[in-house]
Amino acid sequence: MKFLELLTNPSLTLIVFFPTLAAIPLLVANKRNEKRIKWYLLVVFTAEFLLSAYLVTLLYLKDGIKYFPLVADPTIPWLPRYGIAYRLAIDGISMPLILLTTFIMPIVILGSWSSIKKHWKLYGISLLILTTGILGAFLAYDLILFYIFWEVMLVPMYLIIGVWGGERRIYAAVKFFLYTLAGSLPMLLAILWLGWRFSKAAGYWSFHYLELLTMLLPPQEQLWLFIGFALAFAIKVPLFPLHTWLPDAHVEAPTGGSVILAAVLLKLGTYGFMRFGVPLFPHVKEEVIDLILVLSLIGIIYAALVAWVQEDMKKLIAYSSVAHLGFVTLGIFSMTEISWSGALLQMVNHGLSTGALFLLVGMIYERFHTKKFKELGGLAQPLPLLAFFLVFSAMASAGLPGLNGFVGELMILTGTYIGGYKIYTVIGAIGVILAALYLLRMLKETVWGEYTGAVKKDLHSYEKMALFPLAVLMLLIGIIPSVFIKPSQESILQTLKIYSVRKNYPKVTKPLIIPIDIDKEKK
Amino acid sequence: MSVVGFSHYFFLGLILFSIGALGALTRRNGITIFLSIELMLNSVNLILVSYASTNGNLAGQILVFFMFAIAAAEAAVGLAFFIAIYKHRRTINIDRLTFLRW
Amino acid sequence: MTSLIAIVLLPFLGAVVNGILSFSNSKRAVTFTALATTGGSLVIALYTIWRYLTELSPQPIEYVLYKWLEKPLEIQISFLLDPLSAIMLFVVTFVGFFIHLYSTGYMSDDEGYGRYFAYLNLFMGMMLLLILGSNLLVTFIGWEGVGLCSYLLIGFYYKQDEPPRASMKAFVVNRIGDFAFLIAIFISFAHFATLEYREILNAIATNQQLQDTVYIFGLTLPALLALLLFIAATGKSAQLPLYVWLPDAMAGPTPVSALIHAATMVTAGVYLLTRTNLLFQLSPNILKLVTLISVATAFMAASIAIAQRDIKKVLAYSTVSQLGYMFLAAGVGAFVVSIFHLFTHAFFKALLFLGSGSVIHAMEGEQDIYKMGGLKQHLPHTYITFLIGTLAIAGFPPLAGFFSKDAILAYTYDHSKAIYFIGLITAGLTSFYMFRMFILTFHGEFRGTEEQRKHLHESPPSMTLPLWILAIGSAFVGFIGKIPFTHYDLFGKILSPVIVKLEEKAVHHDVLHEVLLITLSVVAALLGLVAAKVLYSQGPTGDERLKSIITAPLYTLLKGKYFVDELYTFVIVTPLRTTANILWRFVDQLIIDGTLHLAAGIVQLISALGSFTTTGNLRNYMLYFVIGIILLIAYTVG
Repeated sequence: MKFLELLTNPSLTLIVFFPTLAAIPLLVANKRNEKRIKWYLLVVFTAEFLLSAYLVTLLYLKDGIKYFPLVADPTIPWLPRYGIAYRLAIDGISMPLILLTTFIMPIVILGSWSSIKKHWKLYGISLLILTTGILGAFLAYDLILFYIFWEVMLVPMYLIIGVWGGERRIYAAVKFFLYTLAGSLPMLLAILWLGWRFSKAAGYWSFHYLELLTMLLPPQEQLWLFIGFALAFAIKVPLFPLHTWLPDAHVEAPTGGSVILAAVLLKLGTYGFMRFGVPLFPHVKEEVIDLILVLSLIGIIYAALVAWVQEDMKKLIAYSSVAHLGFVTLGIFSMTEISWSGALLQMVNHGLSTGALFLLVGMIYERFHTKKFKELGGLAQPLPLLAFFLVFSAMASAGLPGLNGFVGELMILTGTYIGGYKIYTVIGAIGVILAALYLLRMLKETVWGEYTGAVKKDLHSYEKMALFPLAVLMLLIGIIPSVFIKPSQESILQTLKIYSVRKNYPKVTKPLIIPIDIDKEKK
Repeated sequence: MSVVGFSHYFFLGLILFSIGALGALTRRNGITIFLSIELMLNSVNLILVSYASTNGNLAGQILVFFMFAIAAAEAAVGLAFFIAIYKHRRTINIDRLTFLRW
Repeated sequence: MTSLIAIVLLPFLGAVVNGILSFSNSKRAVTFTALATTGGSLVIALYTIWRYLTELSPQPIEYVLYKWLEKPLEIQISFLLDPLSAIMLFVVTFVGFFIHLYSTGYMSDDEGYGRYFAYLNLFMGMMLLLILGSNLLVTFIGWEGVGLCSYLLIGFYYKQDEPPRASMKAFVVNRIGDFAFLIAIFISFAHFATLEYREILNAIATNQQLQDTVYIFGLTLPALLALLLFIAATGKSAQLPLYVWLPDAMAGPTPVSALIHAATMVTAGVYLLTRTNLLFQLSPNILKLVTLISVATAFMAASIAIAQRDIKKVLAYSTVSQLGYMFLAAGVGAFVVSIFHLFTHAFFKALLFLGSGSVIHAMEGEQDIYKMGGLKQHLPHTYITFLIGTLAIAGFPPLAGFFSKDAILAYTYDHSKAIYFIGLITAGLTSFYMFRMFILTFHGEFRGTEEQRKHLHESPPSMTLPLWILAIGSAFVGFIGKIPFTHYDLFGKILSPVIVKLEEKAVHHDVLHEVLLITLSVVAALLGLVAAKVLYSQGPTGDERLKSIITAPLYTLLKGKYFVDELYTFVIVTPLRTTANILWRFVDQLIIDGTLHLAAGIVQLISALGSFTTTGNLRNYMLYFVIGIILLIAYTVG
């Protein structure tokens, strides 16, 4: 069978399903032997990271080209009658996110090392399946497949929050689940509608992303479908005012869950906008684009202000996520190449710095059993290394030049300005001031001050192992950003080109297949 | 004295079914309900066999064999349930077994 | 110019090594690293500057290190050596090294010794990036980088209450200025597709249309950029309305105040203005704004300084005031003089701060000048050097401050008589508050505790050597500037390639005028000295007499620093916090979440109605079943 063949070779399929395969031995593992399960998970996820890094390097170096190409796994027909097939492909937009995901997973294990105290077996299986879902959603080129992976992520995350979470975990888990589901069902309808319309226009069904790109729909229809997609993505991002599930989910989730949620899961929303939301529906009204931009700006300012007055460290960081992701959507919908590059980089940046911050909160919580500012303070004295990482990550998050966050924000805002949204740029830049405000408040309440506690245990070796790679990467991106941006540029350019070709095509009144040279991009 | 005919079997089955249905609806003891359900099942079997013999059709009688087998399996599973429930709750009074609704 | 790379990288290297060393406990290694890296930087810098400035006609040298970002947003990390950055380079490495040396003595007993030098070295690296960057981005990296170091160093004594608060305030207020800098970066890139100073300035200089068309809000593009950069400068260089962070920044260790909050970082704004002086020269309105803001800042800060008791606070307000002078020079178009004052100020203000550090060191952390007095005998070296610094800042000839301040006032006189007089009064005030502090500290009776008196001691040589070096500098560096009555102006000659001359407007006063101006400024300084001497020869009671002279309300106003902090808290911070709380409690939790809970509640209600039938009782279910069958049969039959 073709699928098995793919699984036994270095391929995208292998990357996606390797975690699931690795979950099988866990099923029969002795659940008492938690230490062995932890090590097994660490090895599996490290292997997964090496595997994906190896594959990406292989593809990148293959033709001696300077950009990351679009590479697809062989298609496996699934429901041929409806044009549904198993299609995976990677390009410059999904590549950094794949690497981010596989990079963050071993760190998640390290971060959970001592904070997860029960049911490691189930935890491991949840994480493994979650990883498959995330990677699949990033790589799927068939919309039905995308939807399936999208939903696959939901259940493990629900379990992670609901089983290992804090006091109000059930509320948070249910809220997370229902919120996300409420968004994804309209998306399913929109996907089915797209396939059906394609069958009308082309004479056969297809959910192939690249084929759907050749179809143009009447503007009104595009708007409705866009809303269907945008709802799902906006909830995931989350865009103001659909963000209220996030603080609850973050506060209640265990450290590992928070890290995955912030570092990777939220990126699916913004990725969805880049991959599907924008290129598929070019004739969406300007007002709607404007609305999203305004909502992003509101998100940036609003979430920053709300973060500033939080009493719970984790909640502060959760709101800061909303503000940071606001920058990303701002960059995406200003539709310039620079802002897209910046948005993509900012997704990675946010994953690294906020991931690190959540890890640190977890470490603080383990030592002091509190995340409340009132009960913390002066950590620099007993825990200098933890304090160093906290200051470092906060500065990266605040967009200090020389660290990663600045590059993303600079590119996004410059792109937005060039895109003609001058006032929006200025408002967005205010968010940079506010970021300093709330992050420094966090530092003041935790790191600085007189220490009165008794705990003196600085970072364990596994904690250092989790934080160190993140810090190194944050610094590297800040110092030599072009290395990280260059591979993706070609794909971004292509996507935007397809978008503008479709946008400039005369508006249609019924579904139409337009002659557009997407094959050039296709392998 | 007339020959025992199809209608006798039919009415007997009907009466047995009604007794069974009434028992199943009114009794409290789980085992009794279970017995009543068995009664209903077998009344249907009776009718089925009598129909088959009247029509000279073997298929109906063979079907009944299957139903016996299923009834036996069902009895085994059902009784096992009741035993398990009894062990757990110390009662098989269905008025007090309302855990279908959490 | 690979030497530039070495100059910049050495302090960074020192920061990393010291950062690692701070986890071990080897002070000697830390000292060695800190001094070797900054000393190395200084030696290489001196050599480079000497080589560069002795060339016949020094051309700007650019060195591209690597491309930070590539097209379409192409930005490179590159350095620029021209006369302006050479002068700044000298100030930063020279003063920087001696303050490092001083710190090895001052901080020797501190448990955070390694951490301190890691921060300080990092600061040096960032400051060098700032001044050597050849484009807005590199400068901005340094700009925010020094802000970070300033944050870390102000909050160095993090266990106390005040430093963390002050450091946060400093960073956030600076961020407001940085925001304007960022916008300037966006605009520059959007319109010139580059951030290189040279290219931007060339593009503007050669494009008459750009200079004439209104871009936004009635401002031309150069004017807008100038305005934004000036706003950035008001943040970093502590001008109105963003100066409030600098006095609070004195919560950091004293050498830090000398290096960062007096000699180098706070002058970055002046540097930036001079670097982009073309933009300002093309926009007279912005220059007017610079003049007004700067003179207001200079006067206001000087007036606050006369009523402060904390030795470092006096110096802090004095710094704000002197920075005002620098901007005033820039505002009247005398960019050379502005940099000249920056140069001399770096010497005497660093000297004064280090001197005050020596005093505080001897007084075991006491900073209240009311509790000092009579330190003259105990701290002879500190006393003499401090006196030199005081005379220099007060503007007594022939010390450094005299030359630069006099030049500023002379240019201002040409520009506007009213502003000149405010500047002159400020000069008098400067002399007054400096001698007030000087007399209260060093003369009269000792007013501290017996405990403190026993501990009084002169500082070790590692501290007095920098004092003497800076004192010599304060005394003599004035001579490299414009000498009155002559055409000799070395500083102007060096800097002339950097300053764009749109029109010839050098001062050519006749001798009489010049004599008059000089006499006026000397008289102002003398008046200040005499007033301080008369009022304070009996110690702190002089404040009472001062109060009766200038009336009590005014004195309270000055003592309370015009209540600007309270005003900002009341007008900005509190409303913002209230808004944030409303957004959180009301919008987030009540409106958004409330809507959700309402929707969920409605669904729950409906399901509760439905679940009424779900009794859990088996017999009910059977009944439903039977009823269902009967209905079904009835339906099929009927």
